[in-house]
Amino acid sequence: MVVFEKTKGLTDNQLHYCPGCTHGVIHRLVAETLEELGVTGKTIGIASVGCSVFSYNYFNCDMIQAAHGRAPAVATGAKRANPDNVVFTYQGDGDLAAIGTAETVHSAARGENITVIFVNNAIYGMTGGQMAPTTLPNQVTQTSPYGRDVTVVGYPVKVCEMLSQIDGATYLERVAVNNVKNIRKAKQAIKKAFQNQIEGKGFSLVEVLSTCPTNWGLTPKAALKWLDENMETYYPLGVYKDKYKEEK
Amino acid sequence: MAKTTKILIAGFGGQGVLFTGKALAYTGLKVGMEVSWLPSYGPEMRGGTANCSVTLSDTPIGSPIVDKPDVLIAMNLPSLEKFYNETEKDGYVIFDSSLIVKNDVRDDVVTVGIPATKLASDNGLDGLANMIILGKVIKETNVLTLEQVKNSLAQMVPAKKAELLEKNVKAIELGYNY
Amino acid sequence: MAEKVLMKGNEALAEAAIMAGCKYYFGYPITPQTEVAAYMAKRMPKIGGTFLQAESEVAAINMVLGVAACGKRVMTSSSSPGISLKSEGISYLAGCELPALIVNVQRGGPGLGGIQPSQSDYFQALKGGGHGDYKLIVLAPASIQEMVDLTFKGFDLADKYRMPAMILADGTMGQMMEPVSLELGEVKEYAKPWATTGKATHEGRNIINSLSLSPAQLEEWNINRYERYKIVERDEVMYEEFMMDDAETCVVAFGITSRVAKNAIMEARKRGMKVGMIRPITLWPFPKDALKKAASKVKNFLTVELNMGQMVDDVKLAIDCSKPVYFYGRTGGVIMTPDEVLNKLNEIEKGEAKQW
Repeated sequence: MVVFEKTKGLTDNQLHYCPGCTHGVIHRLVAETLEELGVTGKTIGIASVGCSVFSYNYFNCDMIQAAHGRAPAVATGAKRANPDNVVFTYQGDGDLAAIGTAETVHSAARGENITVIFVNNAIYGMTGGQMAPTTLPNQVTQTSPYGRDVTVVGYPVKVCEMLSQIDGATYLERVAVNNVKNIRKAKQAIKKAFQNQIEGKGFSLVEVLSTCPTNWGLTPKAALKWLDENMETYYPLGVYKDKYKEEK
Repeated sequence: MAKTTKILIAGFGGQGVLFTGKALAYTGLKVGMEVSWLPSYGPEMRGGTANCSVTLSDTPIGSPIVDKPDVLIAMNLPSLEKFYNETEKDGYVIFDSSLIVKNDVRDDVVTVGIPATKLASDNGLDGLANMIILGKVIKETNVLTLEQVKNSLAQMVPAKKAELLEKNVKAIELGYNY
Repeated sequence: MAEKVLMKGNEALAEAAIMAGCKYYFGYPITPQTEVAAYMAKRMPKIGGTFLQAESEVAAINMVLGVAACGKRVMTSSSSPGISLKSEGISYLAGCELPALIVNVQRGGPGLGGIQPSQSDYFQALKGGGHGDYKLIVLAPASIQEMVDLTFKGFDLADKYRMPAMILADGTMGQMMEPVSLELGEVKEYAKPWATTGKATHEGRNIINSLSLSPAQLEEWNINRYERYKIVERDEVMYEEFMMDDAETCVVAFGITSRVAKNAIMEARKRGMKVGMIRPITLWPFPKDALKKAASKVKNFLTVELNMGQMVDDVKLAIDCSKPVYFYGRTGGVIMTPDEVLNKLNEIEKGEAKQW
């Protein structure tokens, strides 16, 4: 009897992520969604630069690897060229909220009919733990060794809150993957973000609070707790915009 | 013998410098000549000085930039001062004498003033001083015929703006017969 | 033959792109190429294509990459400072082996520079611009007819060799009007089995990517690409020879300066000076063999450029420094007159000119 099967939305390639990192969970949620919606055959994923740079090896669909921060622009081109395909980006916080801020904001403003999966773990993982645009105040990283001093380097960027002010954005929700209940909610949000696109509703972004045990210097279990205690208070979970719900 | 006529039209932005050039180039094309039209561009188009190089030739055109015109059309004083002495020997200089006073003339070029701006306002043709000058240019230089220019204007001006065409033609004839 | 129409270079180029089957344009306003964007904004909606004014040059070139990855013909255009911004994306296009057409209507630099015509992005187009081992097919039009013909050709070459091509024009080519024929022939379609169109439409997964953390693999990719470049260098060189039969001095110039030089050469001929010209139409591949052949006959070379001498080294390399190479250039947006070129030719003839 088969009790559990890996989703066909993922390839058989072994993930390169660190033990305890929740990128794997988020990959699975996205891949399950593609499979459940029956769209893996017509999906084009856009990989970004950061820890998820190799995501083109994992999602079982056509993939384009984009330059750092430019995934929403590449997605714009791909979706405009192939409006019948499902196009999504998978981006980290440095990619989406620092170097790619303009592409993020303007693809939302144009109401591009794409799905953005935004993984926020408050740090640059791939390069070894530097300060991210979403690093919390006083959080210690390699480039904020005395803690993020907001008087010097400013405050974290709250992406969902910022984009909620943009008329072109359709759906914005922040979720987390640090416990079973949150994971189930995250799955619902991701599915809705893809469904919106299939229904032609426009720009949907799901911000997923994620852990980085390696660079946070915590065990996987402690990292889940840290997310709960620190990130969720600064980045409250919930729906920040749902254009079609508002109009009902 | 190959014949090439290099024309430089210069004036303030808004005086119709580029359109005058276009009328010459388009007519040249229609009568089977090689032509080039090159404007000065950038912010100066919007109110400052503008100029436009037009070359009409029966052989392929080399440089489209006219630095030493055979025909200079000067619609304001700075343009005349800047290009008068650059005009080729035995060339023509046609200028708007309503706006420019020119006393010392070269004896190796044909220098002709026509009060185009005044003629335009006296005849209800405001804004068409350029076409009046164009008429005079055709008369003096024979680079194209009046008929040829009138025919090509009819093709350049959209049919729904028939009244505009009529005024343009009137202005050219006025200059031609002045 | 179709009747010729009088068109501005930027608009003629845009129309040629549409005729080449390009239905996607992404750009950002910058003088002196803005007419391309304006023309596309008007035409694209009428042919069911996409015109999008991007938030930046950076975004525009990445939108181009997205469309190119999906296997459709796509272009962007800009002027010098904007091309600097696009350089990252151009390197990615080259690395991902994607065809696209990039138009540079050059203006003076560096920095914000000026807005008048220039050829000072020669190095940028030919020697890099972006990072890494790559080449662009670089086409240099010298008339509005060539703006049209080379745009059409550029799309074809890009598809044929799966690499980005660039039209290296300048402000005069963009702004000038000349009669053009828009009879361009059939568009050749190329199969693009590699395009990301959804894996249901092809065998396996298609991945468009320039990343490899394996040095051996990345090296192999680069070597393979350079094998293809060799074919381009063998088969796609284009140039014009002008009065070279008995020439003793060979002018080398492209784009607008070749037009100025032609006037100077005609004047020199009237004075009994034996001057001709080789005009590269493709700057890459560079007409090395034609120059080498000329070197066996002429005494001198003179490159004429709207920059500080960026093409001189390429001429010297092509002829193995076997003859003296002189240079005359203006920069910053100043265009030389035919007389200035003639003076230089006189200096060369009298042995008074200094070699570059």
